[in-house]
Amino acid sequence: MKPSLKLLDYSILQQCMHCGMCLPACPTYVATNKERHSPRGRISLMRAVADGELKISPAFADEMSYCLGCLACQTACPAGVDYSNLLETARAEVQSAGLNQTFTSRFWRTVTIRGLFMRPRLLRFVGRLLWLYQRLGLQTAFRKIGLTKLLPKDLRRLEPQCPTVATKFSPQLIRPVESPAKKQHRVALLTGCVQDLVFADINRDTADVLLANGCEVHTPPVQPCCGSLHAHNGEADAAKTLAKRMIDLFPPSQFDAIITNAGGCGNHLRHYSALLADDAVYAPLAKLWDSKLRDIHEWMMQHGCRAPQTGLGDLTVTYHDSCHLTHGQKVTKQPRDLLKLIPGLKLVELPEANWCCGSAGIYNITQPEQSEQLLVRKIGHVIGTGASVLATANPGCHLQIARGLRQAGSPITLLQPVTLLARAYRAEAKMNDGR
Amino acid sequence: MGDAHVLTSPEDTIPYGFDGTAALKGPVGVVVLPGSTAEVSAVVQLAYELNITIVTRGSGTGLSGGSVPSEGCLVLCLTRLDKILSVDAANLTVRAQCGAITAAIDAAANKHGLFYPPDPGSMKISTIGGNVAENSGGLRGLKYGVTRDYVMGLEVVLPDGRIAHFGNACVKDVAGYSMKDLFIGSEGTLGIITEVLLKVVPRPAARRTMLASYDRMEDAAQTVSDIIAAKIIPCTLEFLDRMTIGCVEDYAKIGLPRDCEALLLMETDGHPAAVAEEAEQMLALARARGARDVRVARDDAEALQLASARRSAFSALARVRPTTILEDVTVPRDKLAEMVSFVAEVAKKHKLLVGTFGHMGDGNLHPTFLTDERNTEEMARVHEALEDIVTKTLALGGTITGEHGVGLAKKAWLRRQVGENSHDLMREIKRAWDPRNLLNPGKIFD
Repeated sequence: MKPSLKLLDYSILQQCMHCGMCLPACPTYVATNKERHSPRGRISLMRAVADGELKISPAFADEMSYCLGCLACQTACPAGVDYSNLLETARAEVQSAGLNQTFTSRFWRTVTIRGLFMRPRLLRFVGRLLWLYQRLGLQTAFRKIGLTKLLPKDLRRLEPQCPTVATKFSPQLIRPVESPAKKQHRVALLTGCVQDLVFADINRDTADVLLANGCEVHTPPVQPCCGSLHAHNGEADAAKTLAKRMIDLFPPSQFDAIITNAGGCGNHLRHYSALLADDAVYAPLAKLWDSKLRDIHEWMMQHGCRAPQTGLGDLTVTYHDSCHLTHGQKVTKQPRDLLKLIPGLKLVELPEANWCCGSAGIYNITQPEQSEQLLVRKIGHVIGTGASVLATANPGCHLQIARGLRQAGSPITLLQPVTLLARAYRAEAKMNDGR
Repeated sequence: MGDAHVLTSPEDTIPYGFDGTAALKGPVGVVVLPGSTAEVSAVVQLAYELNITIVTRGSGTGLSGGSVPSEGCLVLCLTRLDKILSVDAANLTVRAQCGAITAAIDAAANKHGLFYPPDPGSMKISTIGGNVAENSGGLRGLKYGVTRDYVMGLEVVLPDGRIAHFGNACVKDVAGYSMKDLFIGSEGTLGIITEVLLKVVPRPAARRTMLASYDRMEDAAQTVSDIIAAKIIPCTLEFLDRMTIGCVEDYAKIGLPRDCEALLLMETDGHPAAVAEEAEQMLALARARGARDVRVARDDAEALQLASARRSAFSALARVRPTTILEDVTVPRDKLAEMVSFVAEVAKKHKLLVGTFGHMGDGNLHPTFLTDERNTEEMARVHEALEDIVTKTLALGGTITGEHGVGLAKKAWLRRQVGENSHDLMREIKRAWDPRNLLNPGKIFD
């Protein structure tokens, strides 16, 4: 059964009583001052579709795509509207209506969402090719002689945004099972897709932090994509397939926790039970899965994360909340508390810390202008804090803000909280060795 | 004005078909977003010539359907006129365009050590023009009054497009009729407010926020009477009933006690010495009336958290059922306890779910029916319950609306409250002022 607004439980739409509490929290409304670009405005359009007053039109499709999906409205909403569910249903309906698609957009969709992100080995292979292209100096050379100008327009715009692929991917850094000296918990570590290709070292840091806190870490070398990209972009069937693969690979009954370190993935991962509610076999497993799924910061603080004995010198750090970690998963205090465990680290609050940076999944690709405006706003605040390090915990934000800092010529380094903690543990080990 | 500010496609206009009122919506053909008073005037003049009706709106947070569009109307949305023009610390005034956000006005005053007290629940979203048009109240009504008490001057576009100015920065001004007072609370039926001159006051140097929980609603109400009898006028005395406490706590998660029958949120502000003394007295009075737990907010952050939680009450109640019908009846302060228990009886009688919260200090309560607009049988019972509540309110010498306005939601009862002669006079004024009935037709009266 295709997801559709008409078939959706109508009370989810009615839950919005259009009080407007979401308006000042919505980056697209604040930028444009138009009701259509606000959460309650979009919900009214969805309701009009459900009521048969509006057809799925190109303008409706545009609007659903213009939404960042940052879910700041869900944090602001006293009525508890499940906006995420509504948006995914609306996008799926737009998708199945086949609207607003050019040949190229369909082509790239097939290649990425239906191709690469369904096949982890192929994704890594392409990642390796990209690494070679960057490593052999071809990227620099192509850019210099203007060869990149031969790329199609879409790719040409994206080419400079392409992240640098990591030299080693997760399986080369993390063994399938690693055990601490004194085992207290048995956990699974999800390595992610972008995280694995670009930030495999952050996966290593995550494993180290877990090991330093008595967790036996299970990291199968080949892991499926969690399906979040698919669900957010209206590919519900593919998202279900991937969720089942994930549950098969990590039977939830075998672990104390299933750990994710990417905010965006985490928000999708912890809602498998809703995704698989109609599946007789997987529904109970998905329920158990959801109860075991933990964001790394959440898990660490839940069990009293050990403070390292030494830090990284005097360091002023500020923290940016990834949207789906803060608005989706409601994990806001734990990453800050985790940072505060590091001796010598001073945490300063970032103004508008939970305002979207414009990365928003593939938003920076689909809506470059609005994305850029948000990035500029974010960078201004980051620089204003006077911090030397910006910490954040989501690969999308990481790439986007790092690019913004580079563009602004700022010396601020971007690191993830687990990286800072892992480095502190390493400094501690070194200190103890030296004794 | 440019294409960007004239909206005609359904995807653009459908989101302007409602305001913050449950179960009300209207058809929208065109939305115009002017960027200056001159543009407002031009649009109104054109509409006058073409005999087109106009429904004006700001952020659309109204709670009586005042800005819900009517058939064939032009929606005039004034959110682009959002500038705060000046803060005059010598004369204690702020001048702002009608689309300026209420909270932004107070923030601008704050920079000069000044204070704009009216704080409707939606103050972070609502526009000052909408506040004036509805004469909005808020949590500080008891001590500071309502929007009307702060309006010194208005710029208004009249039904034929002419621009008129009323009032000025003088504290004393008895030149002719007080025309500005006619526009305050006129709900967009007499003219379009484009600019406001507001009174501000020195910002209180100290503030203390307290929370008391009770096993009986009557004890909370009695505490309020005791406080007033002790010659204390706190700036805020808000209450929440058990249902509302649960919903607010589900949203805000700030540790409100779910197992009590009433919560009283109290705030006193002013000179630090007076605040300290009054706070002590209020705490003692609450304890004496059997409050089972009384506490003071640790710091400003917690005080803000408590006030914000209270402001979310109405929306938070929407968690329970699909449709949330909010009432706004107000009774003289000493009748409030009686009214609160009457609401509970009525809900029981009609087998309805109700959450009640409101401003205990000024007698303004918000019984909120949690229902489903698609269940016609239940909605019929809601209407019977509302009828009972209105009858009782009027019997107690109260009003059908304390701060939300008549709009569409309350117009059936206006004549009954104000009487035939008064109602007729209101209609005659409207007819004289706007003979073609172009401005917000069908609101307040048919």
